[in-house]
Parts: sequence; C-alpha cells; structure tokens
Amino acid sequence: MSLNNQGRPTGAGSAEMASTPTTISGDRGLDHEEKLIFELGHGAVGVDLPDVKVADDRLGGMRRNGAVGLPGLSEPETIRHYVRLSRKNYAIDSGLYPLGSCTMKHNPRLNEKMARLPGFGDLHPLAPASATQGALGLISELMKWLTTLTGMPAVAMSPKAGAHGELCGLLAIRAALEARGEGHRKRILVPESAHGTNPATAAFAGFTVDEVPAKPDGHVDADALEAKLGPDVAAIMLTNPNTCGLFEPRVKEMADAVHKAGGYFYCDGANFNAIAGKVRPGDLGIDAMHINLHKTFSTPHGGGGPGAGPVVLSERLAAFAPLPLLVHDAKGFRLVETRAEAPEGAQPFGRMCAFHGQMGMFTRALSYMLSHGRDGVRQASEDAVLSANYILASLKDVMSAPFGDGPCMHEALFDDSFLEGSGVTTLDFAKAMIDEGYHPMTMYFPLVVHGAMLIEPTESESKESLDRFIHVLRSLALEARAGQTARFEGAPHYAPRRRLDETLAARKPVLRWKPDVLKEAAE
Amino acid sequence: MRYLPLTIEDRRAMMAKIGVSEIDALFRDVPDGAIAPLSAFNLPDTQGELEVDRALSRLAAKNIAAGSAPTFCGAGAYKHHVPSAVDHLIQRSEFLTSYTPYQPEIAQGTLQYLFEFQTQVALLTGMEVANASLYDGSTATAEAVLMAQRVTRRSKAILSGGLHPHYAETVETVAGLFGEMKRVPVTPGSAEDLIALIDEETACVVVQSPDVYGLIRNLRPIADAAHAKGALLIAVVTEIVSLGLLESPGAQGADIVAAEGQSIGNGLNFGGPYVGLFATREKFLRQMPGRLTGETVDAEGRRGFVLTLSTREQHIRREKATSNICTNSGLCTLAFTIHMTLLGEEGLSRLARLNHAKAVTLAALLGKLDGVQVLTPAFFNEFTLKLSKPAAAVVDVLAAKGILAGVPASRLGGADDLLIVAVTETATDEDMAALAAALKEILS
Repeated sequence: MSLNNQGRPTGAGSAEMASTPTTISGDRGLDHEEKLIFELGHGAVGVDLPDVKVADDRLGGMRRNGAVGLPGLSEPETIRHYVRLSRKNYAIDSGLYPLGSCTMKHNPRLNEKMARLPGFGDLHPLAPASATQGALGLISELMKWLTTLTGMPAVAMSPKAGAHGELCGLLAIRAALEARGEGHRKRILVPESAHGTNPATAAFAGFTVDEVPAKPDGHVDADALEAKLGPDVAAIMLTNPNTCGLFEPRVKEMADAVHKAGGYFYCDGANFNAIAGKVRPGDLGIDAMHINLHKTFSTPHGGGGPGAGPVVLSERLAAFAPLPLLVHDAKGFRLVETRAEAPEGAQPFGRMCAFHGQMGMFTRALSYMLSHGRDGVRQASEDAVLSANYILASLKDVMSAPFGDGPCMHEALFDDSFLEGSGVTTLDFAKAMIDEGYHPMTMYFPLVVHGAMLIEPTESESKESLDRFIHVLRSLALEARAGQTARFEGAPHYAPRRRLDETLAARKPVLRWKPDVLKEAAE
Repeated sequence: MRYLPLTIEDRRAMMAKIGVSEIDALFRDVPDGAIAPLSAFNLPDTQGELEVDRALSRLAAKNIAAGSAPTFCGAGAYKHHVPSAVDHLIQRSEFLTSYTPYQPEIAQGTLQYLFEFQTQVALLTGMEVANASLYDGSTATAEAVLMAQRVTRRSKAILSGGLHPHYAETVETVAGLFGEMKRVPVTPGSAEDLIALIDEETACVVVQSPDVYGLIRNLRPIADAAHAKGALLIAVVTEIVSLGLLESPGAQGADIVAAEGQSIGNGLNFGGPYVGLFATREKFLRQMPGRLTGETVDAEGRRGFVLTLSTREQHIRREKATSNICTNSGLCTLAFTIHMTLLGEEGLSRLARLNHAKAVTLAALLGKLDGVQVLTPAFFNEFTLKLSKPAAAVVDVLAAKGILAGVPASRLGGADDLLIVAVTETATDEDMAALAAALKEILS
C-alpha cells in the first residue's frame, strides 16, 4: 500500500479491504439508519413559547383530558433527523427522473422565491378585495396564459390536482347536460390505455365507464369509439398525446363524432408538455382539459404533491365553471363567491374546495411561464419531444418498442418482450437501474402493452446526460439478453434499502407507530 | 433560455440520429393546420430572472400580507408563526423535487416522514389510523361523507350549520350527487339540534368544532345519537392547533375526522396549497380514501416503509377505487410533520394555551365597546362579533387603515352585521389595542 507524506493511504483499496465489514453503528458512511421521531423524542422542545395558564370557563367543558402523546425534540435534533431522511430520496435535482406521464422537469428556484414573497405566501384567502388586488391580478394573468396556450375561452382555477381537475370538468359536463334536459346521459367512453384517475373520476362523478380498446398501433380505436357513441353518452375522456406517447391522429374526427352525438370531449392534459406553445387543444375540438401545473409548468412534485389542476373550458361549458369566479370591474378585481352574485348567464355547478385554488402553485407556474415566454414554452415542448425520440431511436434495437416504427411525442414506450427468456423480470430490470444511479421509468403502465416501460426524459436533460442514460440502459439490456443476470437478481444492491416486502405490509398493515405496550396489547 | 440545456448543435445531432431534418417531422400525427405559428400566441417572449422577479414582486406589493398588519382573519385559514427550520428543510432538493414514493428503495425519506405524519395525525385526532393526506380540509370532508355513504350503504348526510360554508358547498357538490345533503340552519354562537334529525336513512352527521363562528361543540351526545341509528359522526376541525387544548374528536366518539392542517407548518398562501388530514377507526380502513404508508422489512430484514393497501386506489382499482385522488399534499405534510416535531407535546400545549389566552383577552377588550356584542360563549382562538354596522364595510374601512379586522360573515353567506375574529400567537397587545381603537372609532 502506498502512503502519502502524512502517512495516509492513497491507494484505491487492497485485498484486506475487499470484504465489506458490518459497521458498529449500523450506518454506512453517508447513509445513516434513522429512527422514528417517536423513538428519538425525550421531552426536549424545539420552540420557545411562554407557559401561559388558562382557565376553563371559556372552553365549554371540552378541555383535553390527558396528553396527545407527541415526542419532544430540540431544533438541532429535528433538523438532523429530517436532513438524514432527505438523503434517502432520489430527486430530479440529483439525477434524471424518467417517470413517464409524470413530467419530472427542472423546478426553477426563482419560482420558489416568488411563491414566498409575503404578498403571496402570507396573504389570507378571505382578506378584503382591496388588500388582495395583486394576487387576484396574478391569477388573472395566469388565466390569460392558460387560455391563450390552449386556445380555450375560459378556465376554472380552483381544482387542486389533475384528478380534481378531471372531476371539475366532468361536473361541468354533467351540469351542461342537465341544463339541456339531458341528465339521463350517464355513459362515458374511456380508452383502456387511460390513467387510472380517468375511470375513477367518472365513477366519482356519478357516471358509468365504458372502455374503448386500443389499436395494435397504440392509438385509440376511433372506429370502435364512434360505434359506441349514442344518446346515453355524456362524454369521451381521452388523453392526447396518449399514454403510449403518441399523438392521436384522428382526434378531430373523434371530437366531431362525439359532438354530433350530443356529448362532450374531456381531454386529460397530463401530457400537455409535448405540445404546449405549439398545438392548441381548442383547435382540436376539446371541451374541457385539466392542466397539471406540477407537470407542464414545473411546480415541484414535493414527494407527491401539492399540485394544481386548472381546467380550461370551451364555450359550451364555460357558463358552468364552479365558484368562485374572478371578475374585473371599475373597482378592480373581485371574487364572486356565491351563486346569488354570479354574473348574468353564469350557472356555476358548485364548489370544488374552500377558497380559490392553489395560489402557491399559481405563482410558481406564472414565474415559469414569464421566464420561458411563448418562445421558450414552445422550445421546451420541442426539446421534450426531441429527447424522447432520441432515446427511442437509440434504444429500440436492444429494447423492444411496440410502436417504435414512427416518432413518439414526449415519452418513449417500451415493452418487456426483449427480456423474454432472459431470466430477468421487468421489475428486476427497473431495480437494476437504481443501482446505476437512476430512478426507474414508469413500470407496467399503460396497461395496453405487456410489461410497459414508459420513459419521459423531459426537456431538462443535456445531451450528455441523455447519452449516459442511453449507454446504461443499452448495457443493461444487452447483459440481460445475454443471460448475465447477476446484477439484476435481488437488485437494488446499493440503495438505502434492498427490495421491500410489500406483501407483508399489505397483509399485516402497520400504519402508525405505537408504544411497545400498545403493540403488545394489540398482538 | 436558461432552463433548457440542449444547444442548437445538440438538437441537430439528435435529429440526425433520429433520422429527421426538422422538428415538425416528429409532430407528423398532428392534423394539418393544427400546429399553430408562434404569432398565434399573444404572449410575451423569454425574460431573465431579474425581469420576472421585478414583475411578480410588483404584484405582491399590492397585497397586504398578514405579517405586515394587525391580522384577525381566520374562518378556515390561520396566521401562525412557522419556525424557520420548517421552510428550510422542505426546500431540500431531495424532498422538494422527488415524486410520489413509488420506488420505496430510493424514497425512504418521504415514506418515513409520511409514516410519522400518519402517526401524529392519529394521535392528535384521537383516532386509530390516518392517511398520508388529502388536498385540504374541505375536500377531506367531502371524502369523509362519501366514505360514510359507502360504509353505511345510506345516502343522506346531515350538515351542521356551523360547518364552514365552503366546506358544506364542497360536500354538496360531490356527495350531493349520491344523496340528500341536509344543511341545518344555526344561530351563530349556539348549537343547532342535530340529534332530532338523525334517522335510519342517515349515513352521517357532519359537525365542525370549533365551528365556523368559533363555538366549541360537544360531539359526544351527537356521536351517541348517530351510533344508535347506525349513522357515523364526522368531526371537522379547521383549526388543528385547538387540539392542543381541546378534547380530541376521537375521544368524543367521532368515526371519521376530516381536518385542515394548514395552521401547522404551512403559510396562508391565499388559500392553498393546504393539507387535508383524514383519520378514522381501524375497522373502516379498507374504505378509506388516499394513500397510506405502512411499515415492512427489506430483503435484509431492516425496517422500511412502503405505500400500502393500494388496492383501494385509482391506479389499481380504476372505476372501483375509493377515491380518484392521486397527487395529494406531500410537501405540506412534511411541513406539518416538522413543525409538529418541533412543538412536541409541551410546545403544542403552550401554543394552544397562548392562542386561547389571547382570544379571551381580545374578546374582553372588544366586548366592552359600544356597538359590539361577543356572540360566542365558548371558543378556542376565534369568536363572532355582532356589530352595529355592516361588517364588510367596517372591514374595508379598517383595511384602508392597515388593519385586517376579520372575516365578515356575509362573505360566507352569513348575516351582514357579523364579524368573525381570529387571534393567534402572532397578535401582539398593540395589534389588539389597534383593532379595539379602530372599531371604537368607526362604530361610535
């Protein structure tokens, strides 16, 4: 072993270091084992507040008996705990995050700063209109961007996520049908390739779901869809570009057909990042479409939320937008919060939530839009599509692309036929990507191909990053096909956890921490 | 454009690899004429960070931030002090820019805090299980009513008049599709008789405490009456800090608790994003909406966490799912969890007592004024005033003087002369004196 002049070994390693010893602490370098706060707590306090005594006489006899059972930690302990936890997460800031359908693009930090301006972040939702003109003005500006980019006349801002937007759109359709005296229309046509939220939302809104098959080329079977139209059909619910990563070439025909049959066209806008600034959904005959601000417009996913799902509406549905409504008159902006105050012609179907939507997401999305401008939004869509096609072109000879003959939109779909007979399962393949430093792509979705692997690189990756990703996936695919299964078996090997027992979790649900005495009593 | 890494040369090389010479060749499935020219979008072009910062800062400056003025607005959203550590930690890249934890081996950070969150919510509400959050308190309440309809196989819900009107409207919009939503009128500051209305068709009774006018309700008799008829009690809490001082809904017999968690860890944000808390009894577990995190072990036997019982959810069950929810309030739950960890048992208790003590002081101060009557006999940190003038006009005049006096009940469909006043630990003695002096001046 060579030593430097302080006696420190400089070699990369030697035979005596080859076997990895278990550590005394159980930690592994930067990867710390971390207990739950309930195991760490010891009666410390992380805030300094006065110990005020209060009498019972204004509490209506409802004073709490007994403790809540919360643990106590000081500020340094709390920070260390959550910093340690954070290091167990993969993130777009640390690597390519190719989750198809999720649009894991860069989250600009300017957006975070803007959302935290006190005038937005510290503004009460029921402060008087005179104290909120800037916030209402921001919402109005965002509405202009959303309606202009989509070519639609109106937008409902309050839905809190994509699925909530779907619900809003379907409730507007329901209200429009009822206003026409056609409330009996209860069937919604949903392609089998749809996101799970689509059929779930249709049921949630009191409709029945009728599945439309996909054609072997990955497009919705437009002929089958048209054949299913009838006097009981309320709407079709399509995703375009669809979940196979393809633009529906017959989208206008389908729109015309459903309109002719007296129904509406709901579009799942989850894949808007392929066409924003380039194709206007309003030009395709769409009546309602939600826009996931946390996908296309870069508001951070935050480990599962919060999102925002404003819904753009056609002329046919605009009058039914839910409360509140934003209006502008001589006195400035104000919110219409009750049906009684609604402007003439407006027939709001109800209310999606308390207050007026995800303001924190609105600020971030507008910050993104103003930064990109219309030219940047268009370029971002083109780059997202270009990057996905580059991956498709670079991998389709070693992985199997069921619809790889033509170009894709912003996501490239593969199936697992290239793994057939290799001894490597689709899940193994995905977990091996973790060891290579990548988050796996979306697995087993869409349901219309076997062992789907849906890759969405977004516009945020450099060519070098894409090339490295392609190299890793090519190498994995070639190894798997050559029957070299070692790195796949039981992967991941280098993550904070090995594969987790999900069956056990579901069979014996442990959904909260309990003190040992309670645990024993329960067993 | 600063967010786009591809150069013109990169794009050219990539197109060559794909075998196309222009980008629109990749958009060949778009119908003829549907690719809009850039000029079709009447919007500005790219701007630098400085320009965007300036434009948005100008808009922000037109608003009166709660922290910049004496603030007494509540009615479902509360101004609390959030410790600095919270916002710092939630902005860590690994939390901020990660997705839903579908690959648990590289998402233990998110999964563990969700497990801690679920435990905290269950403890606070006095319930057995809690989910990993819904969008906010109002949508959580709507989900609770839908769940009660599934559990009881009945359709009618009785909604207390003290339930926040936005919540009631949200419930009516969604659950109203499947059954009668009977809203019961209430006199502000008193409790309506809900028990007499519960019958064999009733799926649930929905009661908020403290209610929208600030009144603390006793849920136990309503729970007992509901259970006697086979109905469920849904308890709604819009000010979660109150549970540091008040008996938990679980201890009063609630079957489902739907609550707004904004007060802990989360800013006002002009109404969102907030965090919906949802807790229930273990026996109703499989009817619960939303994500759940559960404990398990990995292949080496080490403790780990995963999303579990997902056969209830839309991505598996599709139209048979218990809810259509997918994205929830991830990062807001983290803020909640960190703030609650900093508070702990003692901190939460002190915070709650401080809020109540300030409210008692303010109610006494304002109750002495001519033209002011305090209507709420028992309250946590919010109460309702009856004024001798229309409350909305009073609020406007005081806003012009830089005081956010509260929420006029008329804004929520209530009477013109009622003002809902909330006071938290952030209000100083000077703030309270300023409100009293301004009210005295305008009402005299």
